[in-house]
Order: sequence, then structure tokens, then C-alpha cells
Amino acid sequence: MQRLDTGYEQLPTRTARSCSSTVVRLALRAGLYALVIGPIAVLALYAGSSGWFFPEVLPASWSFDPIARQLASPRTREALATSLGVAGAVTLLALLIGLPAARTLGLRRFRGRSLALLLLLLPNLVPLIATGMGLNILFLHLGLAGNALGVILVHLVSALPYAILALLGVFARYDEGYEQQALTLGANPLRVFWHVMLPLAGPGIVVAALFAFLVSWSQYVLTLLIGGGRVITLPMLLFAAVSGGNPATIAALALIFAVPPLVALALTAHALVEGTAPVGQHV
Amino acid sequence: MTRFGEPIRRWFALAPALFVTGLLFGTSLVYGLGQSFGFLPLIGETSLRLDAYADVLGGSAGREFWPALGFSLWVSGASTFLAAGGALLVAVALSDRRTPARGAEMFALNANLALPHMVWAVALLLLLAQSGLVARIAAALGLISGPSEFPVLVRDRYGLGIILHYVGKEIPFLALIVLAVLRTQGRAYDQVAATLGAGWWQRRLRVTLPLVLPGLAAGALLVFAYVFSAYEVPALLGVRYPRALAVLALDYFLNPDLGRRAEGMAISVVMTLVVVGVAGTARALERKA
Repeated sequence: MQRLDTGYEQLPTRTARSCSSTVVRLALRAGLYALVIGPIAVLALYAGSSGWFFPEVLPASWSFDPIARQLASPRTREALATSLGVAGAVTLLALLIGLPAARTLGLRRFRGRSLALLLLLLPNLVPLIATGMGLNILFLHLGLAGNALGVILVHLVSALPYAILALLGVFARYDEGYEQQALTLGANPLRVFWHVMLPLAGPGIVVAALFAFLVSWSQYVLTLLIGGGRVITLPMLLFAAVSGGNPATIAALALIFAVPPLVALALTAHALVEGTAPVGQHV
Repeated sequence: MTRFGEPIRRWFALAPALFVTGLLFGTSLVYGLGQSFGFLPLIGETSLRLDAYADVLGGSAGREFWPALGFSLWVSGASTFLAAGGALLVAVALSDRRTPARGAEMFALNANLALPHMVWAVALLLLLAQSGLVARIAAALGLISGPSEFPVLVRDRYGLGIILHYVGKEIPFLALIVLAVLRTQGRAYDQVAATLGAGWWQRRLRVTLPLVLPGLAAGALLVFAYVFSAYEVPALLGVRYPRALAVLALDYFLNPDLGRRAEGMAISVVMTLVVVGVAGTARALERKA
């Protein structure tokens, strides 16, 4: 175990004070993990308890009942399916619509480009509640209120800017030369798309899909305003449970609601590190 | 492709996105503004009037509007300020020279962002309720003798629960912004200052802070705008009075009395103006950075 001695380590900056700052740093790192694990741990504790009353610090008995009950309940299953269906459709549409737009905006410079960009990112700026209220009457007229299609469209309005932002990051550094080489060598456009563009833009596309999914998955206000209480996603159930349910039920629902985003993040962590921006749930 | 076809192809690629945003978002703005001016063809109101604004700013609805505006400004201001401070500490701790941020820590920051706000709010509600986990621990330590002695930290009239929620949730968002700045340009300046004999705190104050401040300020303004217009968390962790602006606006909007709709819409127009102003400032700061 030979240690390279550069003499740098012995500089007078490494004193007792830097030792205390090491302690502070460790505490901050611990705090960081607590920010993530804390809420999940609290929810697991409440969801895994039965008959846990006030002065007891830990539940007297543990049980999977609250979670099992939620997973068996038709209402929860239906909401889970609705949530997954809506978020899946929004993700797909956001990629389908966002990809050509972001590619054009990232690679070309033309008159009207800044205006188009501003318009596409504008829904990010205006409070969702204002957007939802404005669309409420329009969707009633169009027969889109109270059904899943309307909810998907209104989620898309708020998810599209995030997808386009993530994709813009890719196409700003994209080298079209590779595509031209492939074309020159006789590949057809479909092969170019599959073998050149997808691998090059892959991480950005994955991040864009993650953003779109997360935006739609956590949406409550827009679903309420357009779904009108007839499209029941998980956030709707959770909201209702908080105002009337018992802690174990609330915690079990919240845990079920928390799992898909974490799974989605774990699946895309590679692309997220490799590529671009942090997950921006807002802006 | 000919030169002539290029512009057509370009707008063809943009068309679906512009259609969704332009049509849906555009009509939403028009309909929203129209409603706030009392334009409600459904009940035969087709003239434009300023009644809703007058009522919200000075009339009967004003009694609720002004406290709600104050409450929203207080909650978003305090959350933003505390989250920015916390993010600075976390980022400095994570970008340390000897132990740079590892994949696991970056994943933790991102995982916190990926968790929906409602999950966090529900966890906080259970944790800090008067019979919640923290109160039980306090009771076990002999600090309190019953639930009623535990301070009201969620669903309290000062918005402490809401502020606590956003501080925890926005620290990772801002920390990632600061870390990105430090990763690209932090190390070299820091080493120069160290070579010249600057101590740890001196380097943090004179090198790190000026370096990250523009990015952090822009991010903080975005957080402010987001918290200011959010609905779910103040609805879950707040009380009936004072309410956050978004909660008040939605309550009016969903009121069976259609006249109230215009007032709800007027409140959301005021909110939009505040948010657009703040975001414009953030953009200007980003440009400067």
C-alpha cells in the first residue's frame, strides 16, 4: 500500500478546521439521503402497520394488509391503469410531436425560429391552473371534458415543453454529417433513422420520455379540471383519501403512487447521467 | 430535396407541436382572459366588463384575495430563500475535492425530484401531525405528554408545513443547478485560490459563491414562480384561512355560482402576471450569467 506523497496533503490548509468541515459535509450528505429515503420510509412504516396508536413509537404489529387491500381494490387498480395509460399516451405523443420539432429548432436557423421556440415553451411559464381553467369550457364544448382523451391532450400541453427542452439539448450538439455519410453509402431514410439518429440522440430521447411521463404522472389540477371527476387517476384517489381515509390507507396509496416514477428513473438513470440536464419537474 | 422544399419541410416538422401548443394553449389563454372579463356566453353574458377584477381587488372577494396574495408571497418567498441556502450547502459538500459526488448521490438528488409532490406532502402530513411519528418520538423522550402539546406544524395558519415541504423538495433541484456550474468551471479557480493561500471558508465565500450566484438566482426565481402558482401542496398542507392564491382561485372557479367563475379566472390572471414577471427577471439574470 504505497501512498504517493506529493507534499500537497501536508499543506497547512488541512487543519482542525477542515476536520470539522468534513463532519459538516458528512452530515449534509446524510441529510441528502434522508430527503429521498425519509418520505418513503415514513410511508412504508405507516402502510405496514396495523393498529398503531399514539404513544407507540413503532407499530406493535406489522402487516402487509393496507398495501394488499389497496392492490386488490378494483378502484385502485382502475386508477392505476388509467394513470399508466394516460401517462404512457402522453409520453408517446410528446416524443412523436416533440422529436421533429426539436430537431428542426436545434439544427436549423430560420426566420420565425425564436418565435416558434417561445410559443412552444410558453405553457411552461403560465400557471397550470390558469391553463386548465381556460381549457375547461372549450373542452366542454368539444366534448373532450370528462374523458381520457381530453385529459391526455391537456397533460400533453404541459408535458410537451419539457420533452422539447430535453430534446433541444441533444440536437444543439448533433452532427448531421453522420446521417449524410450513411445516405451517401446508400442507406434509406428509415435505416438512417434507426441506425444513426436513434443511437446518437438516444439518451436525450430517453430523458425527454422520462420528463413527459413524470409531468403527466404527478398531474392533479389539470386532471380535475378536464376530467371533471370522471377520469380517476391515482392522484385523484390519493387526494380523496387524504381528506377522509385512515393513515395506513393514505400511506399505502402514496407508496403505490411513488413506485412507478422511481422505477422509471432507475430505468433511465444511465441516460440521465450520460446526457443532459437534471430532472426538472417544474419551470 | 430541392432548396425550395426545405422551408416547407421545416414548418411541416414543426406543425404538430405548434398545433398542440398554439391551438390548445392559445385558446386556453383567450377563453381564460375572456371569462375573467365576464364573457360567459353559457349564461348569456357576451359583454366585456371589469367587474370581476374590481370585486377581487377591492370588493367582497378582496377580503379573501389580499390575505391569500400575502400568504402565497410569504410561503413562496420563504421556501425559495431557505431552499437556495440549503442547496448551496449541499452542492458545496458534494463538489468537495477529496470526495467528489458519486453516482449514488446524483441518483439520490434526481430521485427526490422524480417523486411526485403529493407523495412528499402525504409523508410530511403523517410525519408531523400532532399524533404523527415526530410527536410520538417527542412523547417517548418526555418532551410532551399528549398530542395536543405538539406544535401545529402541518395544516397551520403560517404555512410552515408548506414551506417545509418545498424546502425539502426544491433543495435537490437547485443543488443540481449549482453542481452543474461547479463541475464545469469550479475546480480550476478553487485550486488557484488554494495555491495562493486562501483558506477553506475564504475560498467558499470569495470563489464558489460569486461563481454560482447567477445560476442559483435564476433557478431560485423559477422555484418562486412554481411555488407561487402551485395548487396540490397548499391544498393538502394548508388551512382554510388564509388560503394560497391557487387554492382560492380553483375554489371560486368550481363554485356553482357562475358569477364566481369570472373571479376565479381573474385571480389566475393576476397569478399569471406575477409569474411571468418573475420568470422574465430569471431569464434576464440567466442571460447576464
